[in-house]
Amino acid sequence: MLLRTQPRLRESEVTDKSLWLDRRRFLALGAAAASAWPALAGAGPLPGLIRSPYRIDEAATPLKDVTHYNNFYEFGTDKSDPAQMAPSFFGAVPKPWMVTVSGECAKPGTVSYDDLIKPHKLEERIYRLRCVEAWSMVIPWVGVPLADVLKRFEPNSKAKYVEFTTLVDPERFPGQRRGTLDWPYVEGLRLDEAMHPLTLLAVGLYGEELLPQNGAPIRLVVPWKYGFKSIKSIVGIRFGETPARTTWMKSAPREYGFYANVNPQVDHPRWSQGKERRIGEFLKRDTLAFNGYADQVAGLYSGMDLAVNY
Amino acid sequence: MRRIWLKPLVFALCLVPLVWLAGRAAIDGLGANPIEALVRFLGDWALRFLLIALAVTPLRRITGWSWLGGLRRMLGLFAFFYVVLHLSSYIGLDQFFDWPAIGREIVKRRYITIGMAAVLLLLPLALTSTDSMVRRLGGRRWRKLHRLVYLIAPLGVAHHWMMVKKDLTEPMIHAAILALLLGWRVLAARRAARHTGPGNVKQESGCAAHS
Repeated sequence: MLLRTQPRLRESEVTDKSLWLDRRRFLALGAAAASAWPALAGAGPLPGLIRSPYRIDEAATPLKDVTHYNNFYEFGTDKSDPAQMAPSFFGAVPKPWMVTVSGECAKPGTVSYDDLIKPHKLEERIYRLRCVEAWSMVIPWVGVPLADVLKRFEPNSKAKYVEFTTLVDPERFPGQRRGTLDWPYVEGLRLDEAMHPLTLLAVGLYGEELLPQNGAPIRLVVPWKYGFKSIKSIVGIRFGETPARTTWMKSAPREYGFYANVNPQVDHPRWSQGKERRIGEFLKRDTLAFNGYADQVAGLYSGMDLAVNY
Repeated sequence: MRRIWLKPLVFALCLVPLVWLAGRAAIDGLGANPIEALVRFLGDWALRFLLIALAVTPLRRITGWSWLGGLRRMLGLFAFFYVVLHLSSYIGLDQFFDWPAIGREIVKRRYITIGMAAVLLLLPLALTSTDSMVRRLGGRRWRKLHRLVYLIAPLGVAHHWMMVKKDLTEPMIHAAILALLLGWRVLAARRAARHTGPGNVKQESGCAAHS
Protein backbone atom coordinates (compact mmCIF):
# COMPACT_ATOMS: atom_id res chain seq x y z
CA MET A 1 0.00 0.00 0.00
CA LEU A 2 1.26 3.38 -0.95
CA LEU A 3 1.12 6.03 1.69
CA ARG A 4 1.27 9.61 0.65
CA THR A 5 3.35 11.63 3.04
CA GLN A 6 3.00 14.97 1.32
CA PRO A 7 -0.52 16.38 1.19
CA ARG A 8 -1.59 16.97 -2.38
CA LEU A 9 -3.46 20.13 -1.63
CA ARG A 10 -2.73 23.10 0.47
CA GLU A 11 -5.40 24.26 2.91
CA SER A 12 -5.92 27.44 0.93
CA GLU A 13 -6.71 25.43 -2.19
CA VAL A 14 -9.43 23.44 -0.50
CA THR A 15 -11.06 26.00 1.70
CA ASP A 16 -13.09 28.70 0.13
CA LYS A 17 -12.00 32.10 1.40
CA SER A 18 -15.50 32.85 2.67
CA LEU A 19 -15.48 29.77 4.84
CA TRP A 20 -12.07 30.67 6.08
CA LEU A 21 -13.27 34.16 6.92
CA ASP A 22 -16.38 32.72 8.54
CA ARG A 23 -14.19 30.52 10.66
CA ARG A 24 -12.25 33.54 11.86
CA ARG A 25 -15.50 35.28 12.59
CA PHE A 26 -16.75 32.22 14.44
CA LEU A 27 -13.63 32.30 16.56
CA ALA A 28 -14.13 35.98 17.25
CA LEU A 29 -17.72 35.35 18.26
CA GLY A 30 -16.65 32.46 20.45
CA ALA A 31 -14.13 34.65 22.19
CA ALA A 32 -16.78 37.29 22.68
CA ALA A 33 -19.28 34.81 24.08
CA ALA A 34 -16.63 33.41 26.38
CA SER A 35 -16.25 36.79 28.01
CA ALA A 36 -19.80 36.38 29.35
CA TRP A 37 -21.62 38.97 27.41
CA PRO A 38 -25.25 39.51 28.27
CA ALA A 39 -25.93 42.09 25.57
CA LEU A 40 -25.16 39.65 22.80
CA ALA A 41 -27.99 37.37 23.87
CA GLY A 42 -30.53 39.71 22.30
CA ALA A 43 -29.09 39.46 18.81
CA GLY A 44 -30.09 36.55 16.61
CA PRO A 45 -28.11 35.15 13.72
CA LEU A 46 -28.95 36.26 10.20
CA PRO A 47 -28.71 33.19 7.98
CA GLY A 48 -28.41 33.03 4.20
CA LEU A 49 -26.23 36.04 3.63
CA ILE A 50 -24.93 36.87 0.20
CA ARG A 51 -21.25 37.69 0.06
CA SER A 52 -21.17 41.09 -1.53
CA PRO A 53 -18.12 42.06 -3.58
CA TYR A 54 -18.10 45.27 -1.54
CA ARG A 55 -15.55 44.17 1.02
CA ILE A 56 -12.29 45.82 1.81
CA ASP A 57 -9.25 43.74 2.54
CA GLU A 58 -8.47 45.19 5.95
CA ALA A 59 -8.72 43.50 9.32
CA ALA A 60 -12.18 43.86 10.81
CA THR A 61 -12.44 45.68 14.13
CA PRO A 62 -13.13 43.20 16.97
CA LEU A 63 -16.84 42.72 17.67
CA LYS A 64 -16.37 43.79 21.27
CA ASP A 65 -15.08 47.20 20.19
CA VAL A 66 -17.75 47.59 17.50
CA THR A 67 -20.44 46.97 20.11
CA HIS A 68 -18.87 48.81 23.07
CA TYR A 69 -17.44 51.99 21.60
CA ASN A 70 -20.38 53.86 20.14
CA ASN A 71 -21.57 57.38 19.57
CA PHE A 72 -25.31 57.15 20.07
CA TYR A 73 -26.41 60.15 22.13
CA GLU A 74 -29.90 58.68 22.51
CA PHE A 75 -28.29 56.50 25.18
CA GLY A 76 -25.80 59.02 26.53
CA THR A 77 -22.81 61.03 25.42
CA ASP A 78 -20.08 58.67 26.63
CA LYS A 79 -18.97 56.07 24.15
CA SER A 80 -19.52 53.40 26.77
CA ASP A 81 -23.08 54.60 27.50
CA PRO A 82 -24.86 52.86 24.59
CA ALA A 83 -23.57 49.38 25.47
CA GLN A 84 -24.16 50.04 29.17
CA MET A 85 -27.68 51.46 28.91
CA ALA A 86 -29.09 49.42 26.03
CA PRO A 87 -29.81 46.15 27.86
CA SER A 88 -31.86 47.74 30.65
CA PHE A 89 -33.50 50.60 28.75
CA PHE A 90 -33.92 49.51 25.15
CA GLY A 91 -34.31 45.80 25.82
CA ALA A 92 -35.61 43.75 22.91
CA VAL A 93 -36.52 45.51 19.68
CA PRO A 94 -40.26 46.34 19.76
CA LYS A 95 -42.23 44.12 17.40
CA PRO A 96 -43.48 45.05 14.94
CA TRP A 97 -40.99 47.82 14.22
CA MET A 98 -42.80 50.27 11.96
CA VAL A 99 -41.20 52.62 9.44
CA THR A 100 -43.17 55.46 7.90
CA VAL A 101 -42.27 56.32 4.32
CA SER A 102 -43.68 59.65 3.17
CA GLY A 103 -43.19 62.65 0.93
CA GLU A 104 -42.61 62.78 -2.80
CA CYS A 105 -43.34 59.21 -3.81
CA ALA A 106 -46.14 57.22 -5.43
CA LYS A 107 -46.50 54.66 -2.67
CA PRO A 108 -46.14 56.23 0.74
CA GLY A 109 -47.17 54.28 3.82
CA THR A 110 -46.18 52.72 7.08
CA VAL A 111 -44.56 49.35 6.79
CA SER A 112 -43.17 46.87 9.26
CA TYR A 113 -39.54 45.83 9.47
CA ASP A 114 -40.45 42.53 7.81
CA ASP A 115 -42.25 44.21 4.93
CA LEU A 116 -39.38 46.64 4.46
CA ILE A 117 -36.48 44.20 4.61
CA LYS A 118 -37.73 40.67 3.92
CA PRO A 119 -38.36 41.14 0.15
CA HIS A 120 -34.62 41.68 -0.27
CA LYS A 121 -31.64 39.38 -0.03
CA LEU A 122 -29.35 40.25 2.86
CA GLU A 123 -25.76 40.98 1.90
CA GLU A 124 -22.62 41.11 3.94
CA ARG A 125 -20.32 44.01 3.14
CA ILE A 126 -17.09 44.99 4.85
CA TYR A 127 -16.79 48.76 5.00
CA ARG A 128 -14.57 51.28 6.67
CA LEU A 129 -16.36 53.51 9.17
CA ARG A 130 -14.76 56.90 9.79
CA CYS A 131 -16.09 58.94 12.71
CA VAL A 132 -15.92 62.72 12.49
CA GLU A 133 -13.91 62.51 15.74
CA ALA A 134 -10.95 61.06 13.81
CA TRP A 135 -11.22 57.41 14.77
CA SER A 136 -12.20 54.57 12.49
CA MET A 137 -13.25 50.93 12.35
CA VAL A 138 -13.74 48.20 9.78
CA ILE A 139 -17.15 46.58 10.11
CA PRO A 140 -18.76 43.60 8.39
CA TRP A 141 -22.27 44.94 7.98
CA VAL A 142 -25.35 42.96 6.98
CA GLY A 143 -28.02 44.79 5.03
CA VAL A 144 -29.71 45.57 1.77
CA PRO A 145 -28.90 48.28 -0.78
CA LEU A 146 -30.94 51.31 0.20
CA ALA A 147 -31.70 51.98 -3.48
CA ASP A 148 -33.58 48.69 -3.85
CA VAL A 149 -35.77 49.53 -0.86
CA LEU A 150 -36.43 53.14 -1.85
CA LYS A 151 -37.41 52.23 -5.43
CA ARG A 152 -40.35 50.19 -4.14
CA PHE A 153 -41.93 53.41 -2.89
CA GLU A 154 -41.55 54.97 -6.34
CA PRO A 155 -40.08 58.40 -5.60
CA ASN A 156 -41.44 60.96 -8.08
CA SER A 157 -39.58 63.63 -10.04
CA LYS A 158 -39.82 66.11 -7.15
CA ALA A 159 -37.90 63.81 -4.86
CA LYS A 160 -34.42 65.29 -4.72
CA TYR A 161 -33.50 64.41 -1.14
CA VAL A 162 -34.23 61.71 1.39
CA GLU A 163 -34.65 62.43 5.07
CA PHE A 164 -34.34 59.84 7.83
CA THR A 165 -35.63 60.01 11.39
CA THR A 166 -34.66 58.04 14.51
CA LEU A 167 -37.21 56.73 16.99
CA VAL A 168 -38.12 59.11 19.81
CA ASP A 169 -38.82 57.15 22.98
CA PRO A 170 -37.26 58.43 26.21
CA GLU A 171 -38.23 55.14 27.89
CA ARG A 172 -35.93 53.27 25.55
CA PHE A 173 -33.50 56.10 24.88
CA PRO A 174 -32.64 57.65 28.27
CA GLY A 175 -30.40 60.20 26.53
CA GLN A 176 -33.52 61.75 25.02
CA ARG A 177 -34.63 62.86 28.48
CA ARG A 178 -31.95 65.53 28.16
CA GLY A 179 -31.78 68.18 25.52
CA THR A 180 -28.28 67.26 24.40
CA LEU A 181 -29.47 67.29 20.80
CA ASP A 182 -32.70 68.41 19.20
CA TRP A 183 -34.63 65.11 19.12
CA PRO A 184 -35.57 63.34 16.96
CA TYR A 185 -32.22 62.75 15.33
CA VAL A 186 -32.61 63.62 11.66
CA GLU A 187 -30.24 62.89 8.81
CA GLY A 188 -30.45 63.32 5.08
CA LEU A 189 -28.93 62.41 1.76
CA ARG A 190 -29.27 63.71 -1.74
CA LEU A 191 -31.37 61.21 -3.72
CA ASP A 192 -28.39 60.19 -5.89
CA GLU A 193 -26.35 59.55 -2.75
CA ALA A 194 -29.18 57.49 -1.29
CA MET A 195 -29.48 55.53 -4.55
CA HIS A 196 -25.75 54.90 -4.80
CA PRO A 197 -24.93 51.17 -4.74
CA LEU A 198 -22.60 51.62 -1.74
CA THR A 199 -25.37 53.03 0.47
CA LEU A 200 -26.63 50.29 2.71
CA LEU A 201 -29.68 49.88 4.90
CA ALA A 202 -28.07 47.73 7.58
CA VAL A 203 -29.85 45.30 9.89
CA GLY A 204 -26.86 43.44 11.28
CA LEU A 205 -23.14 43.16 11.74
CA TYR A 206 -20.78 40.23 12.14
CA GLY A 207 -23.56 37.98 10.84
CA GLU A 208 -25.92 38.87 13.70
CA GLU A 209 -28.85 41.23 14.08
CA LEU A 210 -27.88 44.72 15.16
CA LEU A 211 -27.67 45.35 18.88
CA PRO A 212 -29.48 48.43 20.17
CA GLN A 213 -26.20 50.29 20.67
CA ASN A 214 -25.44 49.86 16.97
CA GLY A 215 -28.84 51.18 15.87
CA ALA A 216 -31.20 48.20 16.00
CA PRO A 217 -33.14 47.16 14.10
CA ILE A 218 -32.49 49.29 10.99
CA ARG A 219 -29.79 51.84 10.36
CA LEU A 220 -28.12 53.59 7.50
CA VAL A 221 -24.51 52.98 6.47
CA VAL A 222 -22.94 55.49 4.12
CA PRO A 223 -19.28 54.46 4.12
CA TRP A 224 -17.81 57.53 2.42
CA LYS A 225 -19.35 59.96 4.91
CA TYR A 226 -18.59 60.64 8.56
CA GLY A 227 -20.31 58.22 10.89
CA PHE A 228 -22.94 60.63 12.16
CA LYS A 229 -24.61 60.55 8.72
CA SER A 230 -25.31 56.85 9.22
CA ILE A 231 -28.46 57.36 11.30
CA LYS A 232 -29.58 54.61 13.65
CA SER A 233 -32.90 53.01 14.69
CA ILE A 234 -34.80 54.47 11.75
CA VAL A 235 -38.58 54.97 11.95
CA GLY A 236 -39.06 57.57 9.22
CA ILE A 237 -38.01 57.96 5.60
CA ARG A 238 -39.24 61.00 3.69
CA PHE A 239 -38.64 62.03 0.09
CA GLY A 240 -38.35 65.79 -0.22
CA GLU A 241 -37.57 68.60 -2.62
CA THR A 242 -35.12 70.29 -0.25
CA PRO A 243 -32.32 68.98 1.97
CA ALA A 244 -33.17 68.12 5.56
CA ARG A 245 -31.84 70.36 8.28
CA THR A 246 -29.97 67.63 10.04
CA THR A 247 -29.51 67.34 13.79
CA TRP A 248 -25.79 68.09 13.83
CA MET A 249 -26.22 70.99 11.41
CA LYS A 250 -28.73 72.48 13.86
CA SER A 251 -26.41 71.79 16.78
CA ALA A 252 -23.23 73.29 15.29
CA PRO A 253 -23.64 74.51 11.70
CA ARG A 254 -20.03 75.65 11.44
CA GLU A 255 -18.75 72.21 12.38
CA TYR A 256 -21.11 69.79 10.67
CA GLY A 257 -22.41 70.23 7.15
CA PHE A 258 -25.06 68.43 5.12
CA TYR A 259 -22.58 66.47 3.00
CA ALA A 260 -20.08 65.41 5.70
CA ASN A 261 -18.01 63.49 3.18
CA VAL A 262 -14.81 62.10 4.68
CA ASN A 263 -12.21 64.60 3.52
CA PRO A 264 -8.65 64.79 4.85
CA GLN A 265 -8.25 68.19 3.19
CA VAL A 266 -11.05 69.89 5.09
CA ASP A 267 -10.45 70.03 8.84
CA HIS A 268 -13.09 70.13 11.49
CA PRO A 269 -12.81 73.62 13.01
CA ARG A 270 -11.43 72.10 16.20
CA TRP A 271 -9.30 69.20 14.96
CA SER A 272 -7.50 67.89 11.92
CA GLN A 273 -9.20 65.36 9.67
CA GLY A 274 -5.91 64.44 7.97
CA LYS A 275 -5.33 61.38 10.12
CA GLU A 276 -7.38 58.93 12.07
CA ARG A 277 -6.84 56.33 14.74
CA ARG A 278 -8.06 52.92 13.61
CA ILE A 279 -9.47 51.30 16.71
CA GLY A 280 -6.96 48.70 17.87
CA GLU A 281 -3.98 50.42 16.27
CA PHE A 282 -1.38 52.57 17.98
CA LEU A 283 -0.18 54.91 15.26
CA LYS A 284 -2.60 57.12 13.42
CA ARG A 285 -3.11 56.38 9.76
CA ASP A 286 -3.79 58.80 6.94
CA THR A 287 -7.43 59.44 6.26
CA LEU A 288 -8.40 58.65 2.68
CA ALA A 289 -10.50 60.92 0.47
CA PHE A 290 -14.12 59.77 0.67
CA ASN A 291 -12.86 57.23 3.21
CA GLY A 292 -11.22 55.24 0.42
CA TYR A 293 -14.32 55.14 -1.77
CA ALA A 294 -13.35 58.03 -4.05
CA ASP A 295 -13.34 55.84 -7.18
CA GLN A 296 -16.97 55.00 -6.66
CA VAL A 297 -18.40 58.26 -5.32
CA ALA A 298 -16.19 61.24 -6.23
CA GLY A 299 -18.25 61.66 -9.41
CA LEU A 300 -21.30 62.53 -7.33
CA TYR A 301 -19.60 65.78 -6.35
CA SER A 302 -17.84 66.85 -9.54
CA GLY A 303 -17.81 70.61 -9.84
CA MET A 304 -18.64 71.13 -6.19
CA ASP A 305 -16.34 73.00 -3.80
CA LEU A 306 -16.02 70.46 -1.01
CA ALA A 307 -14.52 73.00 1.38
CA VAL A 308 -17.77 74.96 1.14
CA ASN A 309 -20.04 71.91 0.95
CA TYR A 310 -18.47 70.18 3.96
CA MET B 1 -1.39 68.85 67.54
CA ARG B 2 0.93 67.22 65.03
CA ARG B 3 -0.49 65.03 62.38
CA ILE B 4 2.48 63.14 60.99
CA TRP B 5 0.20 60.71 59.17
CA LEU B 6 -1.71 63.43 57.34
CA LYS B 7 0.65 64.21 54.49
CA PRO B 8 1.53 60.60 53.63
CA LEU B 9 -2.18 59.80 53.66
CA VAL B 10 -3.08 62.66 51.32
CA PHE B 11 -0.10 61.79 49.13
CA ALA B 12 -1.42 58.24 48.82
CA LEU B 13 -4.95 59.51 48.08
CA CYS B 14 -3.58 61.72 45.32
CA LEU B 15 -2.17 58.62 43.65
CA VAL B 16 -5.50 56.78 43.72
CA PRO B 17 -6.48 57.96 40.21
CA LEU B 18 -3.26 56.47 38.83
CA VAL B 19 -3.89 53.19 40.64
CA TRP B 20 -7.42 53.16 39.30
CA LEU B 21 -6.08 53.83 35.81
CA ALA B 22 -3.61 50.98 36.09
CA GLY B 23 -6.39 48.71 37.32
CA ARG B 24 -8.63 49.56 34.41
CA ALA B 25 -5.76 49.09 31.99
CA ALA B 26 -5.21 45.63 33.43
CA ILE B 27 -8.91 44.70 33.32
CA ASP B 28 -10.05 45.95 29.93
CA GLY B 29 -7.02 47.68 28.43
CA LEU B 30 -8.86 51.03 28.76
CA GLY B 31 -11.45 50.03 26.18
CA ALA B 32 -11.54 50.37 22.43
CA ASN B 33 -9.61 53.62 22.25
CA PRO B 34 -7.11 53.42 25.12
CA ILE B 35 -5.04 56.43 24.07
CA GLU B 36 -8.05 58.74 24.03
CA ALA B 37 -9.22 57.29 27.35
CA LEU B 38 -5.79 57.84 28.92
CA VAL B 39 -5.33 61.41 27.68
CA ARG B 40 -8.83 62.42 28.82
CA PHE B 41 -8.54 60.71 32.18
CA LEU B 42 -5.25 62.45 32.97
CA GLY B 43 -6.62 65.78 31.77
CA ASP B 44 -9.72 65.41 33.94
CA TRP B 45 -7.60 64.77 37.01
CA ALA B 46 -5.19 67.59 36.24
CA LEU B 47 -8.15 69.94 36.25
CA ARG B 48 -9.68 68.40 39.36
CA PHE B 49 -6.44 68.72 41.31
CA LEU B 50 -6.13 72.32 40.23
CA LEU B 51 -9.60 72.95 41.67
CA ILE B 52 -8.81 70.93 44.80
CA ALA B 53 -5.65 72.98 45.40
CA LEU B 54 -7.65 76.17 44.90
CA ALA B 55 -10.20 74.97 47.44
CA VAL B 56 -7.65 74.71 50.26
CA THR B 57 -7.57 78.34 51.31
CA PRO B 58 -11.34 78.96 51.28
CA LEU B 59 -11.91 75.72 53.18
CA ARG B 60 -9.20 76.54 55.69
CA ARG B 61 -10.62 79.98 56.31
CA ILE B 62 -14.23 78.86 56.51
CA THR B 63 -13.59 75.88 58.78
CA GLY B 64 -10.69 77.32 60.72
CA TRP B 65 -8.73 74.09 60.15
CA SER B 66 -5.27 75.55 59.84
CA TRP B 67 -3.71 72.15 59.05
CA LEU B 68 -5.37 72.26 55.63
CA GLY B 69 -2.90 74.96 54.61
CA GLY B 70 -0.10 72.46 54.99
CA LEU B 71 -1.51 70.38 52.17
CA ARG B 72 -1.77 73.15 49.63
CA ARG B 73 1.67 72.82 48.09
CA MET B 74 1.37 69.06 47.70
CA LEU B 75 -2.04 69.33 46.07
CA GLY B 76 -0.80 72.03 43.72
CA LEU B 77 2.18 69.91 42.76
CA PHE B 78 -0.10 66.95 42.12
CA ALA B 79 -2.10 69.15 39.77
CA PHE B 80 1.17 69.89 37.97
CA PHE B 81 2.06 66.18 38.03
CA TYR B 82 -1.21 65.23 36.30
CA VAL B 83 -0.83 68.12 33.86
CA VAL B 84 2.62 66.80 32.90
CA LEU B 85 1.26 63.27 32.47
CA HIS B 86 -1.66 64.61 30.42
CA LEU B 87 0.64 66.62 28.15
CA SER B 88 3.13 63.75 27.83
CA SER B 89 0.41 61.31 26.83
CA TYR B 90 -0.83 63.77 24.22
CA ILE B 91 2.65 64.28 22.78
CA GLY B 92 4.00 60.77 23.14
CA LEU B 93 0.93 58.62 22.54
CA ASP B 94 -1.78 60.61 20.81
CA GLN B 95 0.55 62.45 18.43
CA PHE B 96 3.50 60.03 18.77
CA PHE B 97 6.09 62.86 18.77
CA ASP B 98 4.87 64.21 15.45
CA TRP B 99 6.29 67.64 16.27
CA PRO B 100 5.16 69.41 13.08
CA ALA B 101 1.61 68.15 13.69
CA ILE B 102 1.78 69.22 17.33
CA GLY B 103 3.02 72.66 16.26
CA ARG B 104 0.18 73.01 13.77
CA GLU B 105 -2.34 71.98 16.41
CA ILE B 106 -1.00 74.53 18.91
CA VAL B 107 -1.31 77.29 16.34
CA LYS B 108 -4.60 76.22 14.76
CA ARG B 109 -6.71 74.77 17.56
CA ARG B 110 -7.60 77.37 20.10
CA TYR B 111 -8.30 74.88 22.87
CA ILE B 112 -4.82 73.44 22.44
CA THR B 113 -3.27 76.91 22.36
CA ILE B 114 -5.03 77.64 25.63
CA GLY B 115 -4.01 74.34 27.17
CA MET B 116 -0.38 74.91 26.25
CA ALA B 117 -0.49 78.44 27.64
CA ALA B 118 -1.82 77.03 30.92
CA VAL B 119 1.04 74.51 31.10
CA LEU B 120 3.65 77.20 30.42
CA LEU B 121 2.19 79.42 33.13
CA LEU B 122 2.06 76.54 35.56
CA LEU B 123 5.73 75.74 35.06
CA PRO B 124 7.17 78.69 37.06
CA LEU B 125 4.76 77.92 39.88
CA ALA B 126 5.99 74.34 40.11
CA LEU B 127 9.62 75.47 39.91
CA THR B 128 9.18 77.99 42.71
CA SER B 129 7.35 75.62 45.01
CA THR B 130 10.35 74.74 47.19
CA ASP B 131 11.01 76.43 50.55
CA SER B 132 14.28 77.83 49.27
CA MET B 133 12.58 79.41 46.26
CA VAL B 134 9.97 80.99 48.51
CA ARG B 135 12.79 82.44 50.61
CA ARG B 136 14.72 83.64 47.59
CA LEU B 137 11.72 85.35 46.06
CA GLY B 138 10.43 86.69 49.34
CA GLY B 139 6.88 86.07 50.47
CA ARG B 140 5.32 89.02 48.73
CA ARG B 141 6.82 88.38 45.30
CA TRP B 142 6.19 84.67 45.65
CA ARG B 143 2.51 85.27 46.41
CA LYS B 144 2.24 87.67 43.51
CA LEU B 145 3.72 85.10 41.15
CA HIS B 146 1.49 82.34 42.43
CA ARG B 147 -1.61 84.40 41.79
CA LEU B 148 -1.04 83.22 38.21
CA VAL B 149 -3.11 80.22 39.23
CA TYR B 150 -6.17 82.47 39.09
CA LEU B 151 -5.48 82.71 35.35
CA ILE B 152 -4.30 79.12 34.86
CA ALA B 153 -7.39 77.47 36.30
CA PRO B 154 -9.84 79.35 34.03
CA LEU B 155 -7.59 78.50 31.08
CA GLY B 156 -7.76 74.85 32.08
CA VAL B 157 -11.53 74.90 32.36
CA ALA B 158 -11.80 76.70 29.01
CA HIS B 159 -9.46 74.14 27.40
CA HIS B 160 -11.80 71.34 28.46
CA TRP B 161 -14.97 73.29 27.61
CA MET B 162 -13.83 74.05 24.06
CA MET B 163 -12.70 70.49 23.41
CA VAL B 164 -16.03 68.87 24.28
CA LYS B 165 -18.16 68.02 21.27
CA LYS B 166 -21.60 68.47 22.71
CA ASP B 167 -22.28 67.48 26.31
CA LEU B 168 -21.02 70.39 28.40
CA THR B 169 -22.17 69.01 31.77
CA GLU B 170 -18.71 68.29 33.12
CA PRO B 171 -17.02 71.52 31.97
CA MET B 172 -19.98 73.40 33.41
CA ILE B 173 -19.54 71.72 36.78
CA HIS B 174 -15.85 72.59 36.73
CA ALA B 175 -16.63 76.18 35.76
CA ALA B 176 -19.19 76.49 38.56
CA ILE B 177 -16.76 75.19 41.17
CA LEU B 178 -14.06 77.50 39.87
CA ALA B 179 -16.42 80.48 39.93
CA LEU B 180 -17.28 79.64 43.52
CA LEU B 181 -13.63 79.38 44.57
CA LEU B 182 -12.58 82.58 42.82
CA GLY B 183 -15.76 84.41 43.84
CA TRP B 184 -15.08 83.59 47.47
CA ARG B 185 -11.65 85.18 47.14
CA VAL B 186 -13.08 88.36 45.64
CA LEU B 187 -15.62 88.62 48.46
CA ALA B 188 -13.01 87.85 51.12
CA ALA B 189 -10.70 90.52 49.75
CA ARG B 190 -13.53 93.07 49.70
CA ARG B 191 -14.56 92.25 53.21
CA ALA B 192 -10.98 92.61 54.38
CA ALA B 193 -10.68 95.93 52.59
CA ARG B 194 -13.80 97.18 54.38
CA HIS B 195 -12.56 96.12 57.78
CA THR B 196 -8.98 97.26 57.59
CA GLY B 197 -8.90 99.83 54.85
CA PRO B 198 -7.58 99.36 51.34
CA GLY B 199 -3.97 99.60 52.44
CA ASN B 200 -4.01 96.21 54.10
CA VAL B 201 -5.66 94.13 51.42
CA LYS B 202 -2.41 92.46 50.48
CA GLN B 203 -2.03 90.91 53.87
CA GLU B 204 -5.40 89.26 53.52
CA SER B 205 -4.24 87.08 50.67
CA GLY B 206 -1.15 86.05 52.58
CA CYS B 207 -2.29 82.60 53.37
CA ALA B 208 0.37 80.16 54.41
CA ALA B 209 3.00 80.58 51.78
CA HIS B 210 5.14 78.38 53.96
CA SER B 211 3.67 75.21 55.14
